[in-house]
Amino acid sequence: MVDVSVAGRVRPALPRVPALAVLAHYLVGYRRTWRAGVFSSFLLPVLTVVGFGFGVGAYVDQGVGGLRYLDWLVPGLIASTAMQVAIGESTWPVLSNFRWIKTYFAQSAAPLRVGDILAGHLAFVLFRAFTSTAAFLLVTALFGAVRSPWAVAVLPVVLLLSLAVAAPTFAFSAWAPSDSYLALLFRFAVIPMTLFAGVFFPVESLPSGLRQLAYATPLWHGVDLCRAATLGVAPQWSVPGHLLYLAAWAIAGWLLARRAFRRELVV
Amino acid sequence: MTTAQPLIQARGLVKRFGDFTAVDGIDVEVRPGEAFGFLGPNGAGKSSTMRMVGCISPPSGGELRILGMDPVRDGPAIRARLGVCPQLDNLDPELTVRENLTTYARYFGIPRRVARERAAELLDFVQLTERADSKVEPLSGGMKRRLTIARALVNNPEIVLLDEPTTGLDPQARHLVWERLFRLKQQGVTLVLTTHYMDEAEQLCDRLVVMDGGRIVAEGSPRALIEQHSTREVVELRFAADSQEAFAGKLDGLGERVEVLPDRILLYVADGDAAVAEVTALGLVPASVLVRRSSLEDVFLHLTGRTLVD
Ligand SMILES: Nc1ncnc2c1ncn2[C@@H]1O[C@H](COP(=O)(O)OP(=O)(O)OP(=O)(O)O)[C@@H](O)[C@H]1O
Ligand SMILES: [Mg+2]
Repeated sequence: MVDVSVAGRVRPALPRVPALAVLAHYLVGYRRTWRAGVFSSFLLPVLTVVGFGFGVGAYVDQGVGGLRYLDWLVPGLIASTAMQVAIGESTWPVLSNFRWIKTYFAQSAAPLRVGDILAGHLAFVLFRAFTSTAAFLLVTALFGAVRSPWAVAVLPVVLLLSLAVAAPTFAFSAWAPSDSYLALLFRFAVIPMTLFAGVFFPVESLPSGLRQLAYATPLWHGVDLCRAATLGVAPQWSVPGHLLYLAAWAIAGWLLARRAFRRELVV
Repeated sequence: MTTAQPLIQARGLVKRFGDFTAVDGIDVEVRPGEAFGFLGPNGAGKSSTMRMVGCISPPSGGELRILGMDPVRDGPAIRARLGVCPQLDNLDPELTVRENLTTYARYFGIPRRVARERAAELLDFVQLTERADSKVEPLSGGMKRRLTIARALVNNPEIVLLDEPTTGLDPQARHLVWERLFRLKQQGVTLVLTTHYMDEAEQLCDRLVVMDGGRIVAEGSPRALIEQHSTREVVELRFAADSQEAFAGKLDGLGERVEVLPDRILLYVADGDAAVAEVTALGLVPASVLVRRSSLEDVFLHLTGRTLVD
């Protein structure tokens, strides 16, 4: 019978930090699948270091600004990995929680607010992006491609960068009428950013119009900060300027995402 | 019991989606410990009403109080005391049966250890203990439904909202669910459910409303509804093919109402056997005769019509 023992002690209240209860849900699911992902999150940096750093680097005789190409490249890859994981985790999973699995609808019947549902899932995305970049940093440090103890500053930077790209992506995925829109996001935003936002070559080599576009991407700001950190040099832009710009993306993204979530969940 | 403060009180409740009015000004009162049903054809507005009561969907008009609170302002506080079983299961297929309960319990601020005990208890209640550690994905429809009902009970709710709890289940699973819901009711839990099954409504509901096109067209206990909207008995007459129309005319005036269907003629009468005798006295010889008590289904079809809604 249900009325015995525990039921009497189940005093439904509101969770103290509701978003943490939501995060816990995703972590329980992740506990089951992380082993499959952990291999690739270590293998990927090894492959890129070998392929791009040593392979392509061998053709880049003069390095970049007097630096070994591998050392110059690694912080860019760290930032772009954070971005790719953050956006990847904010596309199909979000769409699915609305359309297929309907997790968000299940959650909205519990004493959670739309903001809690959103914040809990975003926190999980940040966790994923953070652990992937931490793995990347570790592997590349073992290859001797990290030149300064300032490199630990990469970790808070990738958190902010991940939030700056994940929050607007949540808004996009909540709004997207079908999953084919998500593929467009990769084609027209993620891939061009990865190629042109200073990960593989300095933005200054781009023609001026494209250069302005590259400066506008959140990724470039993350790359510049990460590069300054792992190389132990000053960034090209002011640090507060970078942080404020990324924070602006994060806040605007959060507001858009919350509006898009409300439109779907509160009908 | 009739004097108790209603747990759910709706006055002129309206739900609009754009220009379309799905719920068109309904008055409902659900009292503590009651089992209350919403009946109605597809699109009648049952789920829209349930979602407003569940404080998920804000009303477009009218008044709604749940547990004495305002669903828009006090949504989380009300939802902490409700259990919701939605029309379509939205379990997490990647998690195990048990994890679906324990993670959901966290949303109600239930500590992890208590949540585990509660989950074990509920799995026993819905007879899923053996599947506790299997994933949800491969479960049968009936098992998923039972798990959704169990999930609706994790917080020991005062009101449980069940939107078509047994649609799509086989008879065994339906009877198990009915029996469990009946036990909850005995424990004093207030049940609000929607259903397309008249036997379900007759079995479970103390009181129900019949909705059609967003409005309430009848209200009362199953017995009162039958008394009010139908006769005590129904005689079903079948005649040889094609001769039906010819006979129908001769039956006019027999009983309270005569309904001619493509395959049979229904006589709504107080005394079935007496009516059959009258039919025979008229010299009519039906191919088959069935006398039965009037059911909620007769009331339902009478009130909402026999034509398909969509
Ligand atoms: N989000 C929505 N946007 C637009 N129209 C909606 C929405 N939800 C429901 N409707 C419409 O409102 C009407 C009532 O729907 P509702 O789901 O409440 O009916 P129901 O009585 O539960 O039907 P069923 O028995 O099929 O579950 C239907 O015509 C439906 O198409
Ligand atoms: Mg419905």
